[in-house]
Amino acid sequence: MADREQVRKNPPRPQEEAAEEAPAGSEQGEALKAELDDLLDEIDEVLETNAEDFVKSYIQKGGE
Amino acid sequence: MALPKIVGIETEFGIMVRGTLDWNPVSASSLLINAYVGTEVGSVDDRAAPIAWDFIDEMPGADARDIMPPEFAMPPEVETHLVNAVLTNGARYYVDHAHPELSSPECRDALSVVLYDRAAELILVDSMEAAASALPDGQEIVIYKDNSDRKGNAYGCHENYLLDRNLPFGQIITAATTHFVTRQVFTGSGKVGSELPGVSRSDIPFQLTQRAEHFEEEVGLETTLKRPIVNTRDEPHADSQKYRRLHVIVGDANLSQVATFLKVGTSAIVFAMLEDEALEHVVIDDPVPAMHHVSHDVSLSKPISVADGKTMTALEVQWELLGQAERWADRHGLDAVGEDCGKLVLERWEEMLTGLEADPASLSGQVDWVAKKRILEGFMDRHDCGWDDSRLGALDLQYHDLRPSKSLAAKAGLESLVDDADAKVAITEPPTDTRAYFRGKCLQKYADSVVAANWDSIVFDVGDDPLRRVPMLEPARGTVEHVGTILEESETVSELLDRLGA
Repeated sequence: MADREQVRKNPPRPQEEAAEEAPAGSEQGEALKAELDDLLDEIDEVLETNAEDFVKSYIQKGGE
Repeated sequence: MALPKIVGIETEFGIMVRGTLDWNPVSASSLLINAYVGTEVGSVDDRAAPIAWDFIDEMPGADARDIMPPEFAMPPEVETHLVNAVLTNGARYYVDHAHPELSSPECRDALSVVLYDRAAELILVDSMEAAASALPDGQEIVIYKDNSDRKGNAYGCHENYLLDRNLPFGQIITAATTHFVTRQVFTGSGKVGSELPGVSRSDIPFQLTQRAEHFEEEVGLETTLKRPIVNTRDEPHADSQKYRRLHVIVGDANLSQVATFLKVGTSAIVFAMLEDEALEHVVIDDPVPAMHHVSHDVSLSKPISVADGKTMTALEVQWELLGQAERWADRHGLDAVGEDCGKLVLERWEEMLTGLEADPASLSGQVDWVAKKRILEGFMDRHDCGWDDSRLGALDLQYHDLRPSKSLAAKAGLESLVDDADAKVAITEPPTDTRAYFRGKCLQKYADSVVAANWDSIVFDVGDDPLRRVPMLEPARGTVEHVGTILEESETVSELLDRLGA
C-alpha cells in the first residue's frame, strides 16, 4: 500500500546485490553460529536438571 | 493537542520456592518483599515496617464505559492486608493475589520506562538475595519475569497511559485494539506450545506471545477471568475531570529492553495521534481470534480480516500505523512523547518492521520471541530432539528466570538501551520529570513524617496537628523543576507544607 512504500526507506535489496555480498554474509553466518554454539554450551551447563519435573512443578496462581 | 503521555508499567512476577514442596505463594511473596524493604537499599529509613500504601482512592471496579458492571463481572478486589510498600524511587512494591508485583513510578517517556523496568528487575534480584537469609538452608525463592505457567494460569504486565478525558472511549477501543493485536509481532516474549484446550504441541509448537491465548473478550472490566483486549478499569489516579488512565493488560513482560521500549513507545504515539485527531483507523474485524491468530503465526505472513472485506498481515497494519505516525510527527511534533525519545521510537519502529519483514532471525538481540526461538532451535539441533522434548519447556521457563547465573535471557545477547549503572541509581532515585519525583523525594527526606502514600497523594504526620494529605492530581507536576528547590530548602515537613501552601 502507498503509505507503506512511503515509510519504508530501506526497501529489500535486489537479488544480484545480495549475491555479491554472499562471502561476507557467510562469514557473518559462521560468526553467528559460533556465538550460538557458545551460548548452547553455557545453557547445557545451567539448564535445570530433571526438566520434566521442573516444568510440571511450575504452577502459578492466576493474577492481575 | 495531545497530552504528555505519562506512562507506568506494572509487572506481576512468577514465583517458586525451590528445595521444598511445602510452600505458599502469598507467604513467599510477602517474605520476598519484606526481606527487600528490610535491606539498606530497600528501606526508606531504619523503621521495621515499610511506609504503607494508602488505599483511599482505589476503585478498580469503576468502569470507563460508565455502566455498572454486569452481575457476573466481578470487580477486582483490593487486598489491603498484604504487604504493600512505597519505594524511594516512587514505585510500589507489593503482593498482588499470589505474586510479587512492582509498579514503576510514573515516567515521562518510553526510555524512562525501560530504565525503571530494568531497575525493577534489579530490585527483584536483590530481593531474592535478601530472602535467602530468611529461608532454611537448601531453600531458595526464584522469580520469573513471565506471564503464564503454561497450564492456563496467567498474570500480567500492565501498561498505563495518561489520556485526555474528552477522548471518546469508543475511539480508544478501536485504536487500541488494532495496535494491540498487531504489535504482538515485536512485543511477544514467546511460548512453547499452546494453552488452548485441545491444541497439541504438534499443532502449535511455538508462538509469539505468552498472553494472547488468555484473552477472550474485546472490551471489559475483568483482569482475571474472561480477559478483554481493552480493559475498561476507570481509575485515573489523577484529576478525573481532565484525565483518563488507560490500563493496558494485553502485553507480555519483556526481557528485551528494545521490546519494552517499542511496546510502550509505539503505543504512546498511537494514543497521542488519537488525541490530535490524526489517526485513520484500521478496523480489525474479529479481534479476539485475530489476536490468537497473530500470536500463532511465527511466519508473520498470514493475513487477518479488516474492514471493507480486506485482509492485511499484522506487519502491514504496523507499517500503516508507522506511516501515519511519521506524518503526525511532521505536523504536530513529538512533544507529547518526548522529543528525543519520540524520534528514537520512530527510527527503531521502522528498523523493527524492516527486520521482521526481511528476516525475523536478524532480530535475536531485540525481540524476545526471536531470541527464545533461536535458543530452542539451536538446542533441538544440537540434541537431536523435537518440540515435545520436556527440556524445551524448561528452556522456555528458564529464559525468564531472573537469577543472573540462571537467566537464559541474560545470556541471549539482548541489546541494552540503558546502562545497568543508571538502573542501579534508579532503584532508589525517582524520575525527575513526573510527580513521582515529589513522592520519592519526600520518602527520602521526611520518611519519619510520612504516614502513607499512593499515586495521587501523600499523608504527612506533622506532630500535634491533624494528619495532612497533600494531593498530587497532576501527574506532570511535582517534578524537580516545580518542587526541587522547595524540597531542598525545607528542613522539616512543616516548612515544606507551608511553602507548598498545602
